[in-house]
Amino acid sequence: MDSLTSAASVIAAALAVGLASIGPGLGQGNAASSAVEGIARQPEAEGKIRGTLLLSLAFMEALTIYGLVVALVLLFANPFAS
Amino acid sequence: MTTFAALEVGKHFYWQIGNLEVHGQVLLVSWIVIGVIAIASLIATSNVQRVPSGFQNFMEYALEFVQGIAKDQIGEKEYRNWTPFVGTLFLFIFVSNWLGILVPWKLIELPEGELAAPTNDINTTVALALVVSVTYFWAGLSRRGLGYFSKYVVASPFLLPLWVLEDFTKPLSLSFRLFGNILADELVVGVLVLLVPLIVPLPMMALGLFASGIQALIFATLAASYIGEAMENHGEEEHQEHA
Repeated sequence: MDSLTSAASVIAAALAVGLASIGPGLGQGNAASSAVEGIARQPEAEGKIRGTLLLSLAFMEALTIYGLVVALVLLFANPFAS
Repeated sequence: MTTFAALEVGKHFYWQIGNLEVHGQVLLVSWIVIGVIAIASLIATSNVQRVPSGFQNFMEYALEFVQGIAKDQIGEKEYRNWTPFVGTLFLFIFVSNWLGILVPWKLIELPEGELAAPTNDINTTVALALVVSVTYFWAGLSRRGLGYFSKYVVASPFLLPLWVLEDFTKPLSLSFRLFGNILADELVVGVLVLLVPLIVPLPMMALGLFASGIQALIFATLAASYIGEAMENHGEEEHQEHA
């Protein structure tokens, strides 16, 4: 891999994970705050709220993971490396 | 210590079978996982008691858990036929994720690549996701015949491309989500071990156990919900429900 490609790939990988974590971070914060509000309003529903919260958090996390997959491809299986 | 934390992504222990190159480390661990599940089921059912205790109790709890996943998504009427499929997915993914973290595979030397959870190879997760795709198509077609395809145009013909696209993004997101999560956990632990070999990676590994359990749950839940969605009738029944 020539140096320009590797430099560009490293920066692109860092940006992929960094940018991909902004949106899900905001989303998870929103979801968690709403869940806390829900539990405070109705403590007996805590179990159900926690289950739903975990499931939806994992969905949001998947978006960051897509960025991570792109970063991993750039670092370990770079299609432009040849 | 660095040998314990070799971050080997994209290196595989190749086996040549006919014209195919297969990833040997994935096959090895997959068969171990299958063996663990099979032996656990055999032990639990070898001496079945009316009042379960010990291991039988645990396995019955596991069965009820996967039944619960199927029942929540597919519905009371139909879930029994689909419990084996959903349960198999959940148990296989769950056991392979956990074995990947709990068993010190790094102690076993391979010529190339390293043993790890089978789900940290994209081929495994894509295969599982494609199985889910084929299954929900089959569920829809066997239940509603060719009427299954009416869902593509029933809302509006202009939405047809989106519905078709969804059939492709479903397996894509299923497989990437599982693969990315498991690989990310292993990479994070690997990097931490590289920096501080003792104690410090433990909380991360605990988080990995939690996250990989959740991922198995999500995979099974989504598979069940796709199947339930494919079988549900978009015709009159739904309107009656709302009325």
